[in-house]
Amino acid sequence: MLLDFHDRLRIAGLRVSLNEWLTLMCGLSKHIGTLDIDQFYSFARLCLVKNEALYDRFDQVFSDYWSGRAQQFDELIAALDKNVPEHWLKQLDYTALNEEQRQQVEALGGWEKLMQTLAKRLEEQNEAHQGGSKWIGTGGTSAFGQGGFNPEGVRIGSGPKRQGRAVKVWEQRRYKDLDGHQEIGARNFKMALRKLRKLARDGRADTLDLPTTIRKTANNAGLLDIHMRAERRNAIKVLLLIDIGGSMDYHAQLSEILFTAARSEFKRLDTYWFHNFVYERVWQDNARRHTVQTPTTELIRTFGRDHRLIIVGDATMSPYEISVAGGSVEHWNEEAGAVWLKRLQQAFPHCVWLNPESADWWHTTPSIRMTRQLMNDRMFPLTVDGLQAAIGCLKTPMTLPVPVQ
Amino acid sequence: MSQISQNEASPSTYITTDELQQAIDAALTLERPLLIKGEPGTGKTELAREVARRLGAPLHAWHIKSTTRAQQGLYEYDAVSRLRDSQLGDQRVADISHYIIRGVLWDAFVSDTRCVVLIDEIDKADIEFPNDLLLELDRMAFDVYETRETISAKLRPLVIITSNNEKELPDAFLRRCFFHYISFPDRATMQRIVESHYPAIKQDLLSSALEVFFDLRDVPGLKKKPSTSEMLDWLKLLIADDLPAEALKADNVRTVLPRMHGALLKNEQDIHLFERLVFLHKQQEKKAR
Repeated sequence: MLLDFHDRLRIAGLRVSLNEWLTLMCGLSKHIGTLDIDQFYSFARLCLVKNEALYDRFDQVFSDYWSGRAQQFDELIAALDKNVPEHWLKQLDYTALNEEQRQQVEALGGWEKLMQTLAKRLEEQNEAHQGGSKWIGTGGTSAFGQGGFNPEGVRIGSGPKRQGRAVKVWEQRRYKDLDGHQEIGARNFKMALRKLRKLARDGRADTLDLPTTIRKTANNAGLLDIHMRAERRNAIKVLLLIDIGGSMDYHAQLSEILFTAARSEFKRLDTYWFHNFVYERVWQDNARRHTVQTPTTELIRTFGRDHRLIIVGDATMSPYEISVAGGSVEHWNEEAGAVWLKRLQQAFPHCVWLNPESADWWHTTPSIRMTRQLMNDRMFPLTVDGLQAAIGCLKTPMTLPVPVQ
Repeated sequence: MSQISQNEASPSTYITTDELQQAIDAALTLERPLLIKGEPGTGKTELAREVARRLGAPLHAWHIKSTTRAQQGLYEYDAVSRLRDSQLGDQRVADISHYIIRGVLWDAFVSDTRCVVLIDEIDKADIEFPNDLLLELDRMAFDVYETRETISAKLRPLVIITSNNEKELPDAFLRRCFFHYISFPDRATMQRIVESHYPAIKQDLLSSALEVFFDLRDVPGLKKKPSTSEMLDWLKLLIADDLPAEALKADNVRTVLPRMHGALLKNEQDIHLFERLVFLHKQQEKKAR
């Protein structure tokens, strides 16, 4: 019966492993989380869900699975203790009642009568009760109470140990806010960028190389022979080109986060800015962008092929700005933007384009489609997942189909 | 039924939810490590101390830094001392076990009573750190290569691991743990927490302080929302100054910020943001009149 629950969890994208499932079963057989369905809920979540971002999804599956069959839970737990015949378990799937039980309910006069009797007994009873077969309480066979054996019984309230609220915990969806693929922060970006690390020892030898020192000392008949070596540093070099102004204003905050993350993560980072598309000039200082500019050819000359090129831009513009000479909105460009992009790609084959625009809308904008084609599909959304994919892509160089002069 | 409530003779200031209680019971019964996440200041580290206290078990705390390596929790071989001793001709140098320094897990494993191990802020360490501990936490045993012995746990300790979510933990590691997320306490729970810490607090002061506190948490765009520990610090200040409840009411506040706000808001930008919001709010009220 519970295997169906397992399947549903997996379908919902919760990667429940066999090991975790067996832990849950092992716990149930030791009577953990068997007191009532609230306990079962929290124990199952404890075993199966390992990220609070997935709590909401678990709540949904749980609620979907148990809605309308919460009563069956008690039977399931009772079944754990006894070796029940197979057909009884099977039957649970179809109906909660067998003929005899149905007759018992009928004997009380049907559903409405059941509710009336309940109200009456609630009035009569004025103390806590457990066990027995008439009064409302836990663990009995009366139709009223919880944790009992009457399948169509009415479940009543809760002691201090239970979570019996009107709305079930999993139905409140308390963890809705935690579910998010767009959880973005400088820290997450840093973690993604860190994958681009290439640790190398270069520079001054300033830390003690203990293994070599020990080995050399041993070779030296026990006389100290100290060896030093350089510290391991991140040797990756990154060239960051960021689109600024115009439609990028909407994404300013996102670009800022990426910029902050990149600056603290890479010691060798050079950042230049451009507007809409890369042409013959870029600049480093936005305040003096019209006076102090750097020719793109200088970038290509200055930085080696081992630099990783990351272009950040929404690529949202008129297609002419990419494909036609003189198409730029700001100045007269002698050569088309596409030519300059190809030159950059040739100079820095390890390159990607990060697009802050949501990937769902890329196909609707012609200039994004064009840029993506020019980048050989090496365009990724500026999300944590996208950045991770981009970093993976940066490890291999891009192959250029047509050489450009 | 609940194992950790057995030893509840001494008064406690730590309030657990049923879910958390069950998580600890499950971790004790099934002998799995328990991974605790939650907002900073919701008492993750405090939990381990409290569990140890209630079980009457010794606590072995291992606080993780960015430079911590997994090996340090097991043992370290102090090669430099041995080198120095060998230069000085010390007799100790002949026995390598003199230079093995025990780590937290070693101490916990050889303990005669069941103990609680706290691995605090595991996400601070390198990305590979949890993977290096997989086998040790699974088998509760490890080898000492220098002396060729195996240290295995006499009684499997209860391992409580806390994380602040700064790094994703590897899947293989997560699969071996129980996971519990301490959600932020609701108003009623918060009241219980405060009352357990300051039993003598005046009810009117508490309720107006709670009001200010939860309002403050609702302010959109705060970089660091005040949490339980900040609330407790703030109340300590309020009680120390013996402020009446009226001092916290919005009408009587001469400055825009609640009294002693330094305990609640710890970020300059947050204070500015809060001031601006209060200012806007007052202007709207004026217009409405």
